[in-house]
Amino acid sequence: MSFKLITLVVIVLGVVALAQLVRVYELSSKLRNRREEDITNRDNRLNGGLMVTFMILLYLSFIYLVCEYGWTGRGDAASVHGQSTDWLLNLNLIIITIVFFLTNTLLFVFSYKYVRKPGVKAFFYPHNNKLEMIWTVVPAIVLAVIIILGLKSWNEITADSGKEAIRIELFSKQFDWTARYSGEDNKLGYFDYKLTTQANELALITSETLDSAILYMEHGNTDGTVMGIDLLEEKLNNPKNIFIPEEREKMEADLDRKTRLLRLLYQMRSRHDKKRDAIAYNDIIQKDTLHLMVNKDYELTFRAKDVIHSAYFPHLRAQMNTVPGLTTRLKMQPNVTTKEMRERMNNPKFNYVLMCNKICGGAHYKMKMIVVVDTPEQYKAWLKSKTTFKDEFLKKPEVVAAPTTETMAPADSTKVAVK
Amino acid sequence: MGALAHEAHGHHGTHDHHDHHEEGFVSKYIFSQDHKMIGKQYLMTATFMGVVAMLLSTLFRIQLAWPGESSDFLSMFLGETWAPGGVLKENMYLGLVTIHGTIMVFFLLTGGLSGTFSNILIPLQIGARDMASGFLNMLSYWMFFLSSTIMMISLFVETGPAMAGWTIYPPLSALPQAVEGSGLGMTLWLTSMAIFIASSLLGSLNYIVTVLNLRTKGMKMTRMPLTVWAFLITAVLGVLSFPVLLSAALLLLMDRGLGTSFYLSDIIVGGEMLENHGGSPLLFQHLFWFLGHPEVYIVLLPALGLSSEIISTNSRKPIFGYRAMIGSMLAIGFLSFIVWAHHMFITGMNPFLGSVFVFTTLLIAIPSAVKVFNYLTTLWRGSLVLTPAMLFAIGLVSTFITGGVTGIILADAALDIAIHDTMFVVAHFHVVMGLSAVFGMFAGVYHWFPKMYGRMLNTRLGYAHFWLTIVAGYGVFFPMHFVGIAGAPRRYYDYSVYNEFDSNAFEMIMDLNVVITIFSIVGAIGQGLFLFNLFYSIYRGPKAVQNPWRSSTLEWTTPVEHMHGNWPGELPEVHRWPYDYSKPGQEEDFVSQIVPLAEGELEDH
Repeated sequence: MSFKLITLVVIVLGVVALAQLVRVYELSSKLRNRREEDITNRDNRLNGGLMVTFMILLYLSFIYLVCEYGWTGRGDAASVHGQSTDWLLNLNLIIITIVFFLTNTLLFVFSYKYVRKPGVKAFFYPHNNKLEMIWTVVPAIVLAVIIILGLKSWNEITADSGKEAIRIELFSKQFDWTARYSGEDNKLGYFDYKLTTQANELALITSETLDSAILYMEHGNTDGTVMGIDLLEEKLNNPKNIFIPEEREKMEADLDRKTRLLRLLYQMRSRHDKKRDAIAYNDIIQKDTLHLMVNKDYELTFRAKDVIHSAYFPHLRAQMNTVPGLTTRLKMQPNVTTKEMRERMNNPKFNYVLMCNKICGGAHYKMKMIVVVDTPEQYKAWLKSKTTFKDEFLKKPEVVAAPTTETMAPADSTKVAVK
Repeated sequence: MGALAHEAHGHHGTHDHHDHHEEGFVSKYIFSQDHKMIGKQYLMTATFMGVVAMLLSTLFRIQLAWPGESSDFLSMFLGETWAPGGVLKENMYLGLVTIHGTIMVFFLLTGGLSGTFSNILIPLQIGARDMASGFLNMLSYWMFFLSSTIMMISLFVETGPAMAGWTIYPPLSALPQAVEGSGLGMTLWLTSMAIFIASSLLGSLNYIVTVLNLRTKGMKMTRMPLTVWAFLITAVLGVLSFPVLLSAALLLLMDRGLGTSFYLSDIIVGGEMLENHGGSPLLFQHLFWFLGHPEVYIVLLPALGLSSEIISTNSRKPIFGYRAMIGSMLAIGFLSFIVWAHHMFITGMNPFLGSVFVFTTLLIAIPSAVKVFNYLTTLWRGSLVLTPAMLFAIGLVSTFITGGVTGIILADAALDIAIHDTMFVVAHFHVVMGLSAVFGMFAGVYHWFPKMYGRMLNTRLGYAHFWLTIVAGYGVFFPMHFVGIAGAPRRYYDYSVYNEFDSNAFEMIMDLNVVITIFSIVGAIGQGLFLFNLFYSIYRGPKAVQNPWRSSTLEWTTPVEHMHGNWPGELPEVHRWPYDYSKPGQEEDFVSQIVPLAEGELEDH
């Protein structure tokens, strides 16, 4: 309260003081018979001088910032394409820094040098085709170089990766990342979001996950936080239950949605080819860190569960949005191990990171995953201790609530609650 | 020496040829159909919105510099709901960022800049009595006012304002389960924007028709001041691109309310499996940026037009390369429609498409370079009068350069990968679009204030305002480039997370964030000088003369006192281009457009 009061008082006093100053200024102008639109030579020179002073300070601060912070957070690129784009970035930075200095210098020096002087008339110079041609053509040539180099680099970076590239999927949701390694066959198992259950967060398609997804849809989960079709029907059909209309409407909508989704799941199961199970079985799902091998090509694919996220590896100079309903990809080859980079940065606690770089909700800024680039030996040692999806899933199959009543037949997808 | 000269050029007709009936308060000040009053209404509304948006930015800058620390300032404005114990809530941070961006881009720099100056200057500079349709013009302002009001209301709803960034990408903006601001807050945002777009379209159509049809005798297209050219091109861009945003917003409203799947596919949010299938979030981005990129030039071109006029007048020299200036504005306007997907290089869009957009985007640098060099040559060997307006116009050229060159990096898809959506982008567009357009707007207000209010702004306060603003502006956004190039993502609530993996970067980002915030506070206080100057001078500033800047364009031939119809008696006839400054063989260092060519004098441009 006192803070507000003080602020208010300060503001009021400030305005009053300013008003008084302006009054004094106006009176003195009146005394000297000076009109507001007449800019005195003194004011002109003062502002011209300030222009150049400002320019010098601007340049000094630029140089200071470059020397002090230019490479701090960025560090060396830790991937093959990153090193080539860094080279290109530096080239571009040099070009634009030259342009920045050149044009700003002309601007500020002109505004200092050509300030009105008594007796000097401005030079009537409406146009000059030759000059205009020069500053159309010269930027065009420089830009042509920039465009050609840039597109060459872009085409290389976005080209298809080879067959031997290791496939990893990064799955994003509010607010964490999950990595799925493709396992020995280097193939990622198929997925469909409708198969998402507590035990199958990544919605992989196998015979077992199809069954459990159907059970989940029909019976919900054990702790009752998600109601299955049977429970919903039972509640809605039980005359003893009285709901407020909104609640009832919501439950009915939920039931309708679930029965429609269930129908799709049945269709999917009937079409499922069991031979595909194996592709998913040997996938390895890891939540804590993303391990990569140094000097190996990677083909990363990305999925999003809820909203758009962006997989941003600042040190590996790689980034790709993750989009619900769309699988995106990028390829890269890390070529500096975490250990080497720590030495280079002289920071034993340094780690590569995967950050979310597309606004995705309140905890957006916390959504990250540590990335470790290992030597092949370290990587294999790490991988050995990890279990495959098959082991994980079949060991602790889906926790699905038992049918709520004995008499209740398995939910029929065509049956709709009596309204 | 000036006072005598411009008196000579004025019309001294005090008698009124019009049927001048007394207007009531309501029809004069509120539901006015007079373009000058509507322009002033735009200016006032936009000033209010601008102050709000600036305040919002100060609030989140405090959080970024001192994350997690309690601030009396935050709790004063946000209270316990949004800043419990003086610490900003995560969601409100996103809300502040979103509304700051929305207000600045649309309400201040589109509605405010283009709305104010198109209204005031188009009829005055082309020699028209008013806009083609005064009624539509009034409607346009009141819809702008309504949409501003709705946007302000959205700040006060229980679940907070829209929180999906000013680009409101779905699915985040479509799903209230994903972030609370996507509930009522987003509905209000979309409603407000739909009304805003209607307002903008009415205004733009009016501007176009007025420029094409109501030019006075002798006012050929190639005799129009560059301001009018800029407003015309801006209006055309608006008419062609805003409807696309409207359609994007309508489809989003349908996805939110009617269960359609334009932008939604395979989503599970808040534990709920949605049935939507087959939509594409990328579709929204295409539609959004099809407006979004021309929007950048809708914001920028009026500022460039204003500064062309101001720099020429105050250099006492014709603008260099008048036709090249028009040509480059047309080129920028045209190119702005085929570059939108450079915002989407890493969205999963086909990379080949990306390379096409790299090419078209970098082409924009050419007309931009032409403009910059033409400004420089205009200053060269001029006789500069450094009025506050002139200082702001020079500042605009500087920020246009500084912000423009970093665009070359972002337009290059291969380089964009590593700095996309980082603070580098934020710094880039704030300098090139934010600072430049704001400087252009300030320049315009300082220059045309005598025309708007018949009084003069205080020059000294203007100087202080300019120097504080440019120092603070560069002080905020220069270091921000370095934060960005270090890889710091934008829209992060707290960069302390860096401490977990890179302590060097953490220290750097934290240090620079404090510097940036201090400059932003200084800048905000500096705007207080402007606000004081503006409101003080409206009521108590010294009376203006008819042509204070000794300018040759038509608006300075109208009487100081506003009157309906602008010119007493006949409309002036135009005989020459608007930039005859320091023309050899003339007595004065400017020749008004209404002065006929002397015998043997060439209209040389």
